[in-house]
Amino acid sequence: MMGMTITIEVVGARDSKIFDDVFSYFRHVDDVFSTYKETSEITKINKGLIKENAYSEEIQHIFSQAKKTTIETHGYFSIITNDGVCDPSGIVKGWAIKNAADMIEKAEYRSFFVDAGGDIEARGTNEEGTPWTVGIRDPFNPEKNIVKVLYLKNNGVATSGSYSRGAHIYNPHDRTNALDEIISITVIGPNVYDADRFATAAFAMQRDGIAFIELLPGFEGYMIDTNGTATMTSGFDRYTTAQ
Amino acid sequence: MKKLFLSLFLIAGFAFWTLHQKKLSDTAALSTVGMPVATVSTTLPSQTPVSTPSTAKQPPPKATTPPATTTPTPTPTPAPKTTPTSTGAFRDGQYTGLVADAYYGNVQVKAVITNGKLTDVKFLQYPNDRSTSVFINSQALPYLRQEAIQAQSAKVNTISGATDTSGAFRKSLADALTQAKA
Repeated sequence: MMGMTITIEVVGARDSKIFDDVFSYFRHVDDVFSTYKETSEITKINKGLIKENAYSEEIQHIFSQAKKTTIETHGYFSIITNDGVCDPSGIVKGWAIKNAADMIEKAEYRSFFVDAGGDIEARGTNEEGTPWTVGIRDPFNPEKNIVKVLYLKNNGVATSGSYSRGAHIYNPHDRTNALDEIISITVIGPNVYDADRFATAAFAMQRDGIAFIELLPGFEGYMIDTNGTATMTSGFDRYTTAQ
Repeated sequence: MKKLFLSLFLIAGFAFWTLHQKKLSDTAALSTVGMPVATVSTTLPSQTPVSTPSTAKQPPPKATTPPATTTPTPTPTPAPKTTPTSTGAFRDGQYTGLVADAYYGNVQVKAVITNGKLTDVKFLQYPNDRSTSVFINSQALPYLRQEAIQAQSAKVNTISGATDTSGAFRKSLADALTQAKA
């Protein structure tokens, strides 16, 4: 989906059906929302080929959720790019991962994680019966190192950053802002959908983003600046010890 | 939990801190023309809870207040209303700050305390063309814990990071499928 690695681990999977189902769901999401696909609904909408009253339910849902997110983040979240194109991937990814996790749970699995491009929904425990361990990638050496280990049971985690895809996030309030003070911000929340959209907005806020997360009940964050200094929210430590 | 309460309090206090700082800077400005500045040291202690073990390594609060030029309301800061007890908890209620003149317009906030915790900060007045979060957060930052990141190679189930498109293409969906089924 959208050119990213998707990893799913289901403890005690009976067969491969659940994986097949979840991966075809991701392919479907890509078919609808990928701005790289000429045939996707979002591309057709951007070309003006589909009228608003003919939008699919999924598109309508995402558009209304995006609007809601813009308000919740004081305008720091927008699905309109600097080129004036509608690209809802900043909200679709987390939404699709959460939906995938719900699918797996519906299939009577309690312990699993779904990881799409570094955004993760973790439920239950790993095979050893202990919390899922999730590393925070080292933005200065993303291929080799991590800088933190998180212990998650029923949480979503998402990281927004500038270190691997270049500046694909922008500040809707100041679209020329380079966003070059903060290199990544990782957000942990009750689910990956919320963690992802708030991480995206927090990154656009740069240095102010971590305090935005601090003020969000139920969310914790870990922000790394270009000097290699991390700033964390006051409850972050609850996720760094195995309990 | 004390740490949490404390941090939340400090964030609650940011607006008041801003006003306080503004007052300080006003006072400081006045001092250059010979006014007494004794009030500076007597008002500071209300902000000193930052010096707890959890935040002891923090840099001192920065006076990053916008360079306001006037104080329209010369009343004292309402900080005492939200001063925590020795356990760091707040008293429940809603606390309205005074109207402050930031250089871009008037700002006024209301802090909502529920069950001893800051649950909301409402902006009663704010210039429309600015985001509220900018104002909140640069004040709150000095109170959050910081550390130098440390690279490690611990074994983990998976890794959270910014999307790596090119790498992801290399690894491919098929590879992910293999991992998932392994």
